[in-house]
Amino acid sequence: MTTVVELNQVTKEYPGGVAALRGVDLHIERGELLAIVGPSGSGKSTLLHIVGTLDRPTAGTVALAGHDVAALSDRRLSALRARHIGFVFQSFHLVAGVSARDNVAEGLLYSGLARAERRRRAATALERVGLGDRMHHRPHELSGGQRQRVAIARAVVGEPDLLLADEPTGALDSASGEAVMQLLHDLNGDGATIAVITHDGGIAGALPRQVRIRDGQVVEDTCTRAPLPAGGEVPCHATD
Amino acid sequence: MPRDRLTPARLGPRDVVHVGSAGLRSRPMRVVLSALGIAIGIATMIAVVGISASSKAQLLQQLDTLGTNMLKVAPGQDMFSGEKAKLPKEAPGMIGRIPGVEDVGAVGDVKPTVRRSEKIPKSDTSGLSVKAASESLLKALRGTVRAGTWLNDANGRYPSVVLGSVAAERLGITVPGQQVLIGKQYFTVIGILDPLPLAPEIERAALVGWQAAGTHLDFDGHPTQIYERSTDTSVESVHKLLARTTDPQNPQNVEISNPSATLQAKAATEGAFDSLLLGLGGVALLVGGVGVANTMIISVLERRHEIGLRRSLGATRGQIRIQFVTESLLLSGLGGLAGVVLGAAATYVFAASGGMPWAIPPWAVGGGFAATLLIGSVAGLYPAVRAARLPPTLALQAG
Ligand SMILES: Nc1ncnc2c1ncn2[C@@H]1O[C@H](COP(=O)(O)OP(=O)(O)OP(=O)(O)O)[C@@H](O)[C@H]1O
Ligand SMILES: [Mg+2]
Repeated sequence: MTTVVELNQVTKEYPGGVAALRGVDLHIERGELLAIVGPSGSGKSTLLHIVGTLDRPTAGTVALAGHDVAALSDRRLSALRARHIGFVFQSFHLVAGVSARDNVAEGLLYSGLARAERRRRAATALERVGLGDRMHHRPHELSGGQRQRVAIARAVVGEPDLLLADEPTGALDSASGEAVMQLLHDLNGDGATIAVITHDGGIAGALPRQVRIRDGQVVEDTCTRAPLPAGGEVPCHATD
Repeated sequence: MPRDRLTPARLGPRDVVHVGSAGLRSRPMRVVLSALGIAIGIATMIAVVGISASSKAQLLQQLDTLGTNMLKVAPGQDMFSGEKAKLPKEAPGMIGRIPGVEDVGAVGDVKPTVRRSEKIPKSDTSGLSVKAASESLLKALRGTVRAGTWLNDANGRYPSVVLGSVAAERLGITVPGQQVLIGKQYFTVIGILDPLPLAPEIERAALVGWQAAGTHLDFDGHPTQIYERSTDTSVESVHKLLARTTDPQNPQNVEISNPSATLQAKAATEGAFDSLLLGLGGVALLVGGVGVANTMIISVLERRHEIGLRRSLGATRGQIRIQFVTESLLLSGLGGLAGVVLGAAATYVFAASGGMPWAIPPWAVGGGFAATLLIGSVAGLYPAVRAARLPPTLALQAG
């Protein structure tokens, strides 16, 4: 059992005195699929930024894939993100005018792989998210759900230790949203560790573990035992 | 604790260019407009330098065909009388015996003037003169006949005349066979010469045979200009002997000049380009650089999300900086390339219309490119640094 994320007493205060996170403890083990759920302004995105090393806490410690984030320079943090973390955003952030395949390959640009290999892996990742027939479509030629699947392919193409998704269904209709959530379940079934941020209790309830936060504090950390996807047991390490 | 050292991977040159050009590819119109300033600046500078280089090349080419091995002998002021000295009649023959001399030609001024007909007053010379010419003159000048023939033993005895190119034009004579009035006698035009850049005084002369000038025009037989061609290597040694050989008694009365020296001096001034125009090009270049910087700042503002995304994908600050500096370099480099092409084309049009060779000095092209690259990196540096400093969380914020 390996710990992917280890947060101890993490506090984040923004300049101006807003304490977005107040003493958060969070452990995520390899292979988990969890929801970070809470109302608007509760600190979910802030938590995702700190877990994803895009921002540093004002107090407390963050360890990612065994690395103590506080000890790493900005350069090494970049390398850590390139190798160990994949991000999915509510608004996709695809590069306009560039084919789906090249958008996915961009996810490997900072990995040091050769261009041909990046493109080869991008094709495989696109097939994995069910868009094998949309390789050469550009973002404006894809539906919202398809765009988010391209973004997910970009996030997983480097096989990160942790996939962080901030409101991945926030910009989608319910059918596309369900398809995206199904894809995340499938990827988790293949072994990916995934944290999904959402304010939607329904989406959170369908995941094996829910971390509820309110006013910058974890108020509940629970496991839902059902329904388990076929093909094995999903680990759950809720602290409650 | 993990073993991996977490060193960021390097971007290969190809990836750097790819990432740096992505922003340009998505906005071609903006690229064209912001590269235009640089293009105009470089084009102006290349054209200014190219046009003067072409003029110079033409003069040098002319010098090459005309040769720099001709010296001209003329009488100076007589020291005592203060009047124009006379060159001895036998001077051309003596000069021909100096070692290294290949051709000697002579002309002698005569009093009468040349007119188209009696209807034109005698005083109206149109700036033309009448000269007795030795048969060897044309060869010494490396001149050519445009129409008709040159003077020779046979026609040199009769009242026949060969006109220099300017003389023919001013007299309104285009074909041989017509007659002109010299003094009181009509002479038949038997030939018209091509231009003689080394001897403009011959271009403005009506040339009569040495003998005929004596018979019909009271020519005293004293040459007033002697043109001498030697081998290239003996020009200096001939120059030293020329005055004493021409007039052994009064060598101080002899003036020696090198007509090609004037052309050489002209070539040197043509090579000096118009610094005012060059300065204008520099100003355009500067304005172009400001335009590129402006475009880059806008590009960074617009692409906040992309910057945040790249940071989340693992780009270091340095890699973001490189991306935008590359973009700026490509932008100004494109402008520079277009400018070189435009400037070269403008020079070509100018050179072709003036019958000049097309010359663009390589240092001008190299200097132009160096200037664009400098402008590109300076203009891109500040926006690139700003892009790299952008906190990733801020860059990813919606809106
Ligand atoms: N850059 C910032 N500067 C100052 N305060 C901030 C900043 N970012 C977030 N905050 C504040 O921190 C708190 C938590 O914000 P956060 O974005 O994490 O909430 P959230 O749970 O993601 O909300 P939502 O569901 O609306 O996205 C909010 O009160 C917000 O106003
Ligand atoms: Mg949020």
